[in-house]
Amino acid sequence: MSASDIIFYIFAALTLVCGILVVANPVSRNPVTSAMFLVLTIISMSGLFVLLHAFFLAAVQILVYAGAVIVLFLFVIMLLDLKEEQRRHVNRVVAALSVIVVMVIAAAIIWTIWQTKLGDGLDSAHLEGSLRAVGHLVFGKYILPFEILSLVLLVAMVGVILLSKKELK
Amino acid sequence: MSHIGLQHYLIVSVLLFSIGLLGVIIRRNVLVLYMSLELMLNAANLALVAFSRFKNNLDGQIMVLFIITVAAAEVAVGLALIVALYRRRQTTHVEDLTTLKL
Repeated sequence: MSASDIIFYIFAALTLVCGILVVANPVSRNPVTSAMFLVLTIISMSGLFVLLHAFFLAAVQILVYAGAVIVLFLFVIMLLDLKEEQRRHVNRVVAALSVIVVMVIAAAIIWTIWQTKLGDGLDSAHLEGSLRAVGHLVFGKYILPFEILSLVLLVAMVGVILLSKKELK
Repeated sequence: MSHIGLQHYLIVSVLLFSIGLLGVIIRRNVLVLYMSLELMLNAANLALVAFSRFKNNLDGQIMVLFIITVAAAEVAVGLALIVALYRRRQTTHVEDLTTLKL
């Protein structure tokens, strides 16, 4: 087992454990705790991106998710001044049933992946997701989707301004 | 099997997606629901990057770049909706939001 394998297992375990703590934290029901564990999930996932040699995406992941999205989440949580979510009556049968259903779905997909001979190990993989390579594609082959995406951001901005006006007609 | 291959990354991705799906089903706070949605999007991103690496095709990474951008726009709009909702109804609990229920 080489060093990169061990690093993969560390980052994968960290991603999954923090992901579980986002949705089902046994200690705290506070949304702020969930947001903090979401940051940890995203950072360990960008570690996985680095292992996959997607260096630019790892940087973007930290900048956009940990830097912008989570700050937005925290901002809204603080703005709404949420009390600790009081424990309401949770239907235990429904919760147990949904856990079982999700586990069955996951097991089915994992079994399919394991049965399919995907082949290629790291030996044949030599792709580098450097900034230069990604930039060439974004501003060459994918220039039109890139420009449309800027339009999407503009529309989202106008929509957010409209939604957050005091008098929503 | 000693090498970390495509399968390992895909399994991590599937597990993360299941965690997000479980969060959407069992949690009742709109904000935490939204975070679970982000987890599911991230799982899809991980699968795309893994395929891009092991199939020697950079297009997957461009797709992930676009997904991250759209997700950021989606979070902005969704959180604005939540704030507007809270202003009117004083709640972020999904069971209190049943106006559209038949």
